[in-house]
Amino acid sequence: MSSELEVTETLDVKGESCPMPVVKTRQAVDQLADGEVLEVVATDSGSMSDIAGWAESTDGVELRAQEEADEGGEAVYKHYVAKVA
Amino acid sequence: MSTDAPGAGADEAADAVDPVAVDADSFDAEDVAAMQAELDELRETVADLETEVGDGQKSMTIIATKGTLDMAYPPLILASTAAAFGWDVVVFHTFWGLDILHEERSRNLQLSAVGNPSMPVPNAVAALPFMDRVTTRMMEKRIADNGTASIEELIDVSLESGVDLQACQMTIDLMEYDEDDFYDGVTVGVGAATALQHMADADVQLMI
Repeated sequence: MSSELEVTETLDVKGESCPMPVVKTRQAVDQLADGEVLEVVATDSGSMSDIAGWAESTDGVELRAQEEADEGGEAVYKHYVAKVA
Repeated sequence: MSTDAPGAGADEAADAVDPVAVDADSFDAEDVAAMQAELDELRETVADLETEVGDGQKSMTIIATKGTLDMAYPPLILASTAAAFGWDVVVFHTFWGLDILHEERSRNLQLSAVGNPSMPVPNAVAALPFMDRVTTRMMEKRIADNGTASIEELIDVSLESGVDLQACQMTIDLMEYDEDDFYDGVTVGVGAATALQHMADADVQLMI
């Protein structure tokens, strides 16, 4: 699904834990223009629920996709967040 | 009640005024003007309330009263996350909660194993003079290993994202702290009334 999304920026929060993935995602989304998509790469497994919950209750953002990947034996969680008007 | 049954219920019928059936001719111009003024006032009040409710922005007030390493985290984690949600957030720091905002003391917050059954140390040992330092160092190492943000980082992101970190003026004076001891951006010169004012309008109020 993510391959269909045109990613504008990528935010690397690997190694960081709650609340930083959400807080930094917010800061990065604020820098985008409407319609642009931010890719967030995290290793915090809680980020799957946290970013989904944050996106659902926050105006001006939309979660387009989430996926879990294995990168060299390490679980990586990717989130695709769009800034919307 | 039936109107075609004179006698029974007649008194009741006389008392009940149907607002739709009121004869407009029975009011003079003064009454109408007074009612119009009252109606205008009500419309204004409703419009104000709609504006207040309509912006949809949630608000949270946290009262932070503790200055140990473990108790410094919850207020700052919730505050920075709520700010990411776009909420209007105030954290009012009082008593030992002030140490969280104190630039020097916030870097030396301690964790005690005394009276904490979650710690793998018996109280008799935990009470030894050097033990707070040991448990604090252990916790700090875990925090670093886990990639958990430091207190200073959380204060920075909170202030950056618009959280109002307030330091209770009465406690600043009581603890003999100087206003310059606190992080730049911290609000000083505030008291209980300021905290209550924000709490009264807040959707979430927490005391930590």
